Amino acid sequence: MKSARAAGTPILRPGGSRLLNTLRANLLHWKRHPFSALIRLACFLSTCITVFALLDVVADILIKGLPNLKPSLFSLTYTTDNQSLLPSLINTFIITALSLIVAVPLGVGGAIYLSEYAKRNSLLVRAVRLTAETLAGIPSIIYGLFGMMFFVISLNMGLSILAGALTLSLMVLPVILRTTEEALLSVPDGYREGSYSLGAGKLRTVWRIVLPPASPGILAGVVLSIGRIVGETAALLFTAGTLARLPSSLLSSGRTLSVHMYVLAGEGLHIGEAYATAAVLLVFVMLMNGLSGLISRRIIKE
Amino acid sequence: MSKIEIKNLDLYYDDLQALKNVNMSIAANRITAFIGPSGCGKSTLIKTLNRMNDLIPGCHITGSVTLDGEDIYGKDLDVNLLRKRVGMVFQKPNPFPMTIYDNIAYGPRTHGVHRKAMLDEIVEKSLQDAAIWGELKDRLLKSALGLSGGQQQRLCIARALAVQPEVLLMDEPTSALDPISTAKIEELALQLKEHYTLVMVTHNMQQALRVSDTTAFFLLGEVVEYSDTEKLFSMPVDKRTEDYITGRFG
Repeated sequence: MKSARAAGTPILRPGGSRLLNTLRANLLHWKRHPFSALIRLACFLSTCITVFALLDVVADILIKGLPNLKPSLFSLTYTTDNQSLLPSLINTFIITALSLIVAVPLGVGGAIYLSEYAKRNSLLVRAVRLTAETLAGIPSIIYGLFGMMFFVISLNMGLSILAGALTLSLMVLPVILRTTEEALLSVPDGYREGSYSLGAGKLRTVWRIVLPPASPGILAGVVLSIGRIVGETAALLFTAGTLARLPSSLLSSGRTLSVHMYVLAGEGLHIGEAYATAAVLLVFVMLMNGLSGLISRRIIKE
Repeated sequence: MSKIEIKNLDLYYDDLQALKNVNMSIAANRITAFIGPSGCGKSTLIKTLNRMNDLIPGCHITGSVTLDGEDIYGKDLDVNLLRKRVGMVFQKPNPFPMTIYDNIAYGPRTHGVHRKAMLDEIVEKSLQDAAIWGELKDRLLKSALGLSGGQQQRLCIARALAVQPEVLLMDEPTSALDPISTAKIEELALQLKEHYTLVMVTHNMQQALRVSDTTAFFLLGEVVEYSDTEKLFSMPVDKRTEDYITGRFG
């Protein structure tokens, strides 16, 4: 009894430093539970590797990219001399905005129908869920191929930012649909019941009671989609083309930053400029994430 | 004077019959308690009174329920207006994730009140009627989710009162609360019956005895006995009622 107690309570020295005492306590614990120590070590290493991988990528891009950032990279017109990325950056904004304009209303609207109007877990709901999940798992090159056959050729849009944006909106639609549906389903039914019991109709209940608490989740889905749009190359090569100029209309070809990088790196002549483009893209994505975090925090506060 | 009249009511969830031939008349300005073991249909019946059962797929009824003589399952009836007249408080306090003020103002805004001065007045009056104004008046613009369970439930009562209902349904309003909050809600119910008709489902027989004027005892979807509370608890007519209130089952 006495010895068991001695082993159970690590001997802490009142005068010793906190760090040493903690270490001593941990060592005693690990001696008796070696497997627990192993798991802890494995988890700690996983964290280290994850953080290190991210930092390594970011550092690599910034170190190789930032020195290559020259004013000429931000010229409004692309020439083979300046390798300007500004037209691609503007195209990225346009294609992202266009894709979201199409995909967000469809995805959010569809999700509202599935979670608020359709019968819970009905055949339709399960079929749409399965379809969306399957679509979300299809490689983007296949979307590119479909976009080329359908938008570019059948609908006669040609290689254009419109065809590209429509293809990408198809690609992110399942993402937005599923994340929005999950966000809506996580709103407690008590809120809905409370609203109906006060004499509010369906529309008001959905708009005023269900959507606000779901909006951070919906926003997370939109940010995820922006990430996929901005990072996409394969689907765009076939649909939006690679013209490095500012678009004159929605039906003209245009490349996004990622495509621009792909082309520069593929040609092999302007690796430095490709890295500079990567740095700009990285900063852009980080800004987007920061901004969405800010917005969702503000929504939660309200 | 009877406020609600239930006649030959049968209720089914798909094929399962949950209520069998219920006949009952609920008096105005009284507290009517529904007691009985779990799954006996008391919650189901209370939800037919403001048609919350409409939200449950596969639920259908036969028979009639009238409020002041008007059939609440009639074709011309506006369900939203019915629910404005027949308010409800739920088992688990369910304040909306917004400020205390907005919680109370949600109902009036739903029914077209938008003037600030008017809303201020309604919010104050509702909170006073729910005996919680003193505790909350300095934090109206704080989130309602920060309140204690008992405060949340009284806020929900205030929210229901804000649309000026005639009937207030309470579905086990104290089952998630501590004894002190329970006492406050019971005291409040006794005050409210002066202006409202109250119907309360409760698991707690002592509670029914303490607050209600009439009590209905349910068993397996049937109303076994329905009479004055004092009479039902002191001289039950039916053997099953006696067994239940003396604790022989349930």
